[in-house]
Amino acid sequence: MTQSYSPVIGLEIHVELSTKSKMFCQCSAEYFGKEPNSNTCPVCLGLPGALPVPNRVALDWCIKIGKALNCTINVSTKFDRKHYSYPDLPKGYQISQYDEPVAINGSLKVGEKTFGITRVHMEEDTGKLLHVGEDSLVDFNRSGVPLVEIVTEPDFTNSDEVKEFLQELHTIIRYLEVSDADMEKGSMRMEPNISLRVVGDQKSDVRELPNYKVEVKNINSFNFVKKAIDYELTRQAEILDQSKTPEQETRGYDEKTMKTVSQRSKEEAHDYRYFPEPDIPPFVFEQKFIDSIALPELPTAKIDRYVKELKIKEIDARILTKDFELVKYFEKVVELSDLEPQKIANLVINSKLATNVSIEEFISQATKLLSTKKTDMPTLMLAIKKVIAENSDVVTNYKAGKLSSLMFLVGQVMREMKGQAEANLIKDKLVEAISNS
Amino acid sequence: MNLIGKSLLELKGMVEKKQISHAELWKFFSDRVEKYDKALNCFVTPPSKEGTGLAQNGAEGFPIAFKDNFNTKGIRTTASSKVLDTYIPPYNATVVEKLLGMQFAVFGKTNMDAWAHGSSTETSDYGPTNNPWDVSRAAGGSSGGSAAATAAYLVPAAIGSETAGSIRQPAAWCGLVGLKPTYGRVSRYGVIAMGSSWDCPGPITRTVEDAAYLLEIIQGEDPYDATTLPAGNSKYEIRKTKKMRIGVCKDYLENIDPDIQKRFDETVEILKKLGHEIIPVTLISPKYSISVYTILQRSEVSSNLNRYDGVRYGKDRTFFGEEAKRRIMLGTYSLSHGYYDAFYKKAEKVRQLIIQDFESAFQTVDLIIAPTTPLTAIKKGEFEKYPFFGEVMDVLNEPAAAAGIPAINVPMGLDSQNLPIGLQFMAGRLQEEKILSIAYQLEQETNFMGVREALLKRYE
Repeated sequence: MTQSYSPVIGLEIHVELSTKSKMFCQCSAEYFGKEPNSNTCPVCLGLPGALPVPNRVALDWCIKIGKALNCTINVSTKFDRKHYSYPDLPKGYQISQYDEPVAINGSLKVGEKTFGITRVHMEEDTGKLLHVGEDSLVDFNRSGVPLVEIVTEPDFTNSDEVKEFLQELHTIIRYLEVSDADMEKGSMRMEPNISLRVVGDQKSDVRELPNYKVEVKNINSFNFVKKAIDYELTRQAEILDQSKTPEQETRGYDEKTMKTVSQRSKEEAHDYRYFPEPDIPPFVFEQKFIDSIALPELPTAKIDRYVKELKIKEIDARILTKDFELVKYFEKVVELSDLEPQKIANLVINSKLATNVSIEEFISQATKLLSTKKTDMPTLMLAIKKVIAENSDVVTNYKAGKLSSLMFLVGQVMREMKGQAEANLIKDKLVEAISNS
Repeated sequence: MNLIGKSLLELKGMVEKKQISHAELWKFFSDRVEKYDKALNCFVTPPSKEGTGLAQNGAEGFPIAFKDNFNTKGIRTTASSKVLDTYIPPYNATVVEKLLGMQFAVFGKTNMDAWAHGSSTETSDYGPTNNPWDVSRAAGGSSGGSAAATAAYLVPAAIGSETAGSIRQPAAWCGLVGLKPTYGRVSRYGVIAMGSSWDCPGPITRTVEDAAYLLEIIQGEDPYDATTLPAGNSKYEIRKTKKMRIGVCKDYLENIDPDIQKRFDETVEILKKLGHEIIPVTLISPKYSISVYTILQRSEVSSNLNRYDGVRYGKDRTFFGEEAKRRIMLGTYSLSHGYYDAFYKKAEKVRQLIIQDFESAFQTVDLIIAPTTPLTAIKKGEFEKYPFFGEVMDVLNEPAAAAGIPAINVPMGLDSQNLPIGLQFMAGRLQEEKILSIAYQLEQETNFMGVREALLKRYE
C-alpha cells in the first residue's frame, strides 16, 4: 500500500551585496545594528516624487555571480516593478527583474552532481518588521539594500545535497568578495520549494513535476537546513500516504519545535502585475564589457592547481579552499617563503600554528617548527656526498680558503634536503665531510 | 511704480538695476493674491506673508509659483489631494533647487487636478480654480492654478507639469505661453509622479523669452533621475529669424470649434507672410493616441499611487477622491494577469508607432502646427458627463506626449465669446529652439493679438 516517493526540491537564494551604497540611492548599505530609520532618504522611504537610480557596482557584481555560476549573461536586461502591499515595502512595489534577468541557464557542480541554475537577477530589499506586543514597528534601514536572487532548477533529491550546495555557493560568493553570505546575519537567505513525486508503477515522465509545491521560509542557519527539509519531506509523505495532496502553501520553520508551520496559502500565484520600470531605462551591454568582468580563481580550479602544481593532497586542498580568508593567507605564505606547501598545509589544517599572526611571523614560526624535525642522517650524508661530487671545483675553492663557497654548498644541500635539515647542521656535516674527503 | 503686466525678465532686470527689491516685488504680488485669489482659487498654499519665514529665500527671492506636485522643503505639498493634506516634504524637487539657486523663491503652491488627474482643475480636493476670463468656467488642467495665477498676474510666471496636455491646455484656456519640454530634458526628481514615462516639468509664462529663460535654468541631466538626457543642456537663441518648414495635418483639425479653425487659418497666413513654408503632412490620427495614453498613463498611475498607504506619511487610502479611484481601478485592470498583453503591451507597441511617425514627419518639416484644444474654456461641471473627460479633451496634446517630443502653446487672441484661443507647435526631440523661435516670431509680429493686456484690464 505504501508508495515510494522521490523528493523534488528547488532553491531560491537571496544574497545581500556588500556594496557601499544601496541599490537605488546613496544611503549606506551597511544597516546592521544601526538605530532604526537612521539610514534612509526620500528614495528608499518611497516619499512622493522620489526616483530610483541603479547602483553600477551592484549590477557588475550580479554579472560576476552569474558568470561564477556558468550562466549566460543577457546582453539586454531591464528592471520591472513587482506590485504587492505590505508595510515593509514603501513604494507598494519592489523594483526587481521579471522576464529579462541579468543571467540565465547556469549550473554548479557539487561533488559528482551538477545542479541547474535557472536565473540570477537583481532586486532591492524591503524594510524590516518588528513585532512588539500588540504593535508592529517598521525599520527602513534595510529598505533598498541590493539583493541578488539565485533560482535553481528543482534538481535536488535530498537535504544533504541542498546543504552541500549551499556551502559551496557560500564559498564561491566569499571568493567573489561581493557579500558576507552569512545566513545568521541574513546576508544569505534560502527558501526551498519542496514536493514529492510518487514513483513506482506510474509511467510518468521523470521530468514531470508534482502538481503542488510547498515553500519553506525562515531557515536561518546551515544547521537548520537539513532538519527543516527532512521534516517537511516526512510531513508531505504522510499526507500522500493518505491519498491526499499536500496543500500548496508557504510554511515557516520553527527552530524551537523543529517543525514547519503553515503561514499563508499559495494556492494561486500572486498577481504581481509586473511591468517594465519606467524610471530606469533598459540596459544593453557590449559583449566586451561582459567579458571584462573578471572572476578570481574559483574553488574547483584552485583545488586542481593546488594538487597539480603545489603537490598538495586533494583532501587537504578541499579543506583549505573552503575558507577564502584562509586561502589568501596560505597563498601569501607559500609565495613569501620557500617552505613546502604541503607542510604549510599540514601545520594549518592540524592547527599546529595559529593563522591570526602576521605572514612574516607565521613564516618564522613555521620555519623553526619544521626544522626541529629530526633530520634523517643517512639521507643528509647522501645529499652531502652528492653535492660534493657534483661541485668539486667549488669544494676546491673552499679548501683554498674561499668561505663563500661553503655557503653555496650549504645551499645546495638544503635544496637537496628540501628544507628538512637545518643550515647549521648541514654546515657542520659538510665541513666534516670535506675535511675527510 | 506700475509693474502690472511686466514680464519676468523685465522684473529681473529691474531688480538687478536696483529699481526694485525682491521684498517690494513679493509685497506687490502678495497684495494681488489677497485681492483676487478668493475669486479664482489659484493657490492651495498661498505665498507666505513677508517675514513669516515659511518660504525658502522668502522675500529675499524672486517670486515664482510652483504647481503643488513639486516637493518644496518645509512647505506643504499636497498634489491637491487630502491624502497629503498635512504632508511637509523634507526635500526639494531638483527643479525647485535649481530655481532657488538662481535667487528665486517659492511664491506659494498652486492648485491642480488631484494627482494631476484631469484637464480642468475640477478634481482638486481644494475646490476648482476658476478661469480669470470667466469665473464660471474652468481654468483648464491639470496645471490650472499655475496658469490662472500667471494670467491674472498674481505671479510673474509659474512652473507646471505635463503628462499629456497639463501645461499646454490650461495655457491655452488662460491665454499664456505654455512649454512642454522633451521628455528627459527636465528632471522629475521630486515631482509627484503621475505617468512616469510621460511627466515633463515646464514653465507657464506671459512671454516666450520668459519660457526660454526658465527652461535654461531648470533643464539638464540629473544624477537623481535616471531618465534625464545627457544632452539636456542647451542655449536657446530664439531671436534668430530662421525660416522653417511647418507641417499641417488635417487630422488635427477634425471637430474643432469654428472660431479656432478660423484663427488657425489666419495664423497659417501670418506664418506664410513671415516667410515660412506651409507643407501638408500625413500623421497617425490623434484619436488613436487617446487609448494609448489612457491605458499606459492609468497603468502607471495605479502603480505610482501604491505608496500612499498612510504608514510613513500622509493619510490613508480612504482619502482618495473619485477620479483617483477610477484611474487606479482601470490601471490595475490593464496590468493584471491575462490582460497585460491585450492592453498594456499592445498600447506600448502603438506608442512606438507614434514615435516613429513623428520621426519620419520631422525629416520633411521642422515643425507641426495644430490647435491646442478643440474647444475654448468650458463651463465648470461639464467634465462630470465624461468618464474619460481628461483624455478626450486632450486628444490634440496626446500624440506629442506619447512621443516625448517638445511642444508649446501660443495664445492667439480671443474667440467670439472673449475666451483665449491657443495654437501649438511641435518639434522633434530636443528641438525646443525651433518651437521657441517660431513662438517668439509670432509674439513679435502679433503681440498675441492683445490677449495679455485684455485680461489685465479686469485685474488692475
